[in-house]
Amino acid sequence: MDVRLMVDAPATGSEESGVDAFLKGGESLRHAPGPYFGSYGGRWMPESLIAALDELEDTFEKAKADPDFTAQIAELNKNYSGRPSLLTEAKRFAEHAGGVRIFLKREDLNHTGSHKINNVLGQALLAKRMGKTRVIAETGAGQHGVASATAAALLGLECVVYMGAEDCRRQALNVARMELLGATVIPVTNGSQTLKDAINEALRDWVANVGNTHYLLGTAAGAHPFPAMVRYFHEVIGDEARSQILDQTGRLPDAVCACIGGGSNAIGIFHGFLDDPSVRIYGFEAGGDGVDTGRHAATITLGKPGVLHGARSYLMQDDDGQTVESHSISAGLDYPGVGPEHSYLADIGRVSYEPITDSEAMDAFRLLCRTEGIIPAIESAHALAGAIKVGQRLAAETESAGGAAADKIVIVNLSGRGDKDVATAAEWFDLLDKDSPEHEIAKEGEQL
Amino acid sequence: MNDVDMNAGGSPAATSKSAAAIDRARAQGRAALIGYLPAGYPSVEDTIAAGIALAENGADLIEIGIPYSDPVMDGQVIQAATTEALAKGFHVRQVFDVVRGITSKTDAAVLVMTYWNPVVRMGVDEFSRELAAAGGAGLITPDLIPDEASEWMAASDKYGLDRVFLVAPSSSPERMKRTVEASRGFVYAVSIMGVTGARTSVSSAAKDVVAAAHAAGADRVCVGLGVSNAAQVREIAAYADGVIVGTALVAAIGDGGVDAVASLTKDLSTGLTREEA
Repeated sequence: MDVRLMVDAPATGSEESGVDAFLKGGESLRHAPGPYFGSYGGRWMPESLIAALDELEDTFEKAKADPDFTAQIAELNKNYSGRPSLLTEAKRFAEHAGGVRIFLKREDLNHTGSHKINNVLGQALLAKRMGKTRVIAETGAGQHGVASATAAALLGLECVVYMGAEDCRRQALNVARMELLGATVIPVTNGSQTLKDAINEALRDWVANVGNTHYLLGTAAGAHPFPAMVRYFHEVIGDEARSQILDQTGRLPDAVCACIGGGSNAIGIFHGFLDDPSVRIYGFEAGGDGVDTGRHAATITLGKPGVLHGARSYLMQDDDGQTVESHSISAGLDYPGVGPEHSYLADIGRVSYEPITDSEAMDAFRLLCRTEGIIPAIESAHALAGAIKVGQRLAAETESAGGAAADKIVIVNLSGRGDKDVATAAEWFDLLDKDSPEHEIAKEGEQL
Repeated sequence: MNDVDMNAGGSPAATSKSAAAIDRARAQGRAALIGYLPAGYPSVEDTIAAGIALAENGADLIEIGIPYSDPVMDGQVIQAATTEALAKGFHVRQVFDVVRGITSKTDAAVLVMTYWNPVVRMGVDEFSRELAAAGGAGLITPDLIPDEASEWMAASDKYGLDRVFLVAPSSSPERMKRTVEASRGFVYAVSIMGVTGARTSVSSAAKDVVAAAHAAGADRVCVGLGVSNAAQVREIAAYADGVIVGTALVAAIGDGGVDAVASLTKDLSTGLTREEA
């Protein structure tokens, strides 16, 4: 009896052959179906949940092929989320990036203020198709929780959000937002009380209530079909960005940049350009206090392959295989794992992953505020800080070859708006009166 | 290592310590009792002493859990215990000391229950070699399904270890068959859709899962999740080949130490004998 079954993408040799085949134009990197991305992905999950994952995969595959479903998504994207999101050239900001042209993909302008809405609407519709009446979600700072509560309210589903107890206290306003939208927020007090523990608790709920409940996972990680499915709902970001840059400049960009926590906004925009060999692609991880301090969330840069929350992927872990706590000023990037497709794209060399420290991200945060009048999410500020480095490198490279930096084009995925981060930023830049209540709240927020 | 018919329906007993232990109970006209303890709670020495007490008071198999940072299948009691063990500095390799400490003093089959990442980190082959060298019977793997287990299938064959996969009320007939075929020693039937923890009653789903696993060809099916007292043991012993008790024993060692484990085990074992119909 051979039990090694259902493997549709052999791992052997993929590290070399993937990018080689891609460069020769023989193999597309787009629409990778899972469950495996090279040797990553899969289903490292309790048997109790496999039937639910099978049901979800089946429902998703049928929905993708159903014109009614795709029309429903398109309609919601247009008339509810406000898509297509803009592609805005950031001319004054670009002066600080070696003089290349920088364009911002404005996911911050979506309803609920980030890219998260793309995924939650898709999954909530699938939950309805499966006849489930309840959705559960995990959240760190609250962005995915708010988005899930929004989709649940729109579609008439019960919604329960698991959130680390510390995060609940620090993000009291987001807890209130979710409750206003009709969701129940359950503080998670076990383990390290962080995002990963919120995911653990959501999984425990799902095992016990899988009959009527869909787990609305917030990022392109977890067990199959989540990574491929979450990417599918975010592919609209890359599709729009590609056609918008062609419209506005007549050509493809030289580089695309995004921030990476679990990696859902990144895989969404990357997907539009994966098969364009001339486009360099960069993912920026949270470097926290610095990758040599141990206080960071640079999973691909410093992690090792392992299994967590249902997938094999890079993972921050100790010598015993225990998950290590991550640290970042940005709650949305503060996760010790990463989506499996990113691990594959890193190994084959299609995407370059680099860390950005808290301090670099906050400098870029302020720079965008002051040069463009846009307050970015601190998550997105990691992509902006990375774009400054990429722009400077591109400019130096181009100028040494006798070209002009201004001919180079970089797209940055501005994955969310920064309203939620104002208290943290005010504390970081010392803008608050030391006696104000905001000062106390922000001081705690900064430690996220 | 013999290569006789290793995988068919969880047989044969000849090469499986777990199957042999269950068969010894069966020969006595009763179900087997399987007790769970997390390694390092409240200390490595206590786990060894409690494991010996389990064996001396009626447990046929012992399941030693490796404390893990992300135990998604565990309820509050076991989470609290394993979190404490980790906080006290438990290291994965100490599980082999626990296994050796118990197998050197008792005849019980000692399995390790572990989430998969600690095994991946050490290396599946090295982990298996160390476990076999310590006298361990095999592994129970709550978050490893046969579909992802090719490395473990090879290593467990190489070192003669039992591989206990889980089946659940939600398992399709196809998955039930595949899992039974991949298992060796016994098949772990999850009694309810949920996580570990004592419950006042054992779901009727358990009986159906056991019947389905037997129908799929399993010779030995043991039921776990939610079993905490002799009455529940008796109920399950009527139709299953073994009964697994975890949370109640963890609570016992936490509250009353090794003595409490001994007396609870003695009490649980009174439920094992099948009454004549």
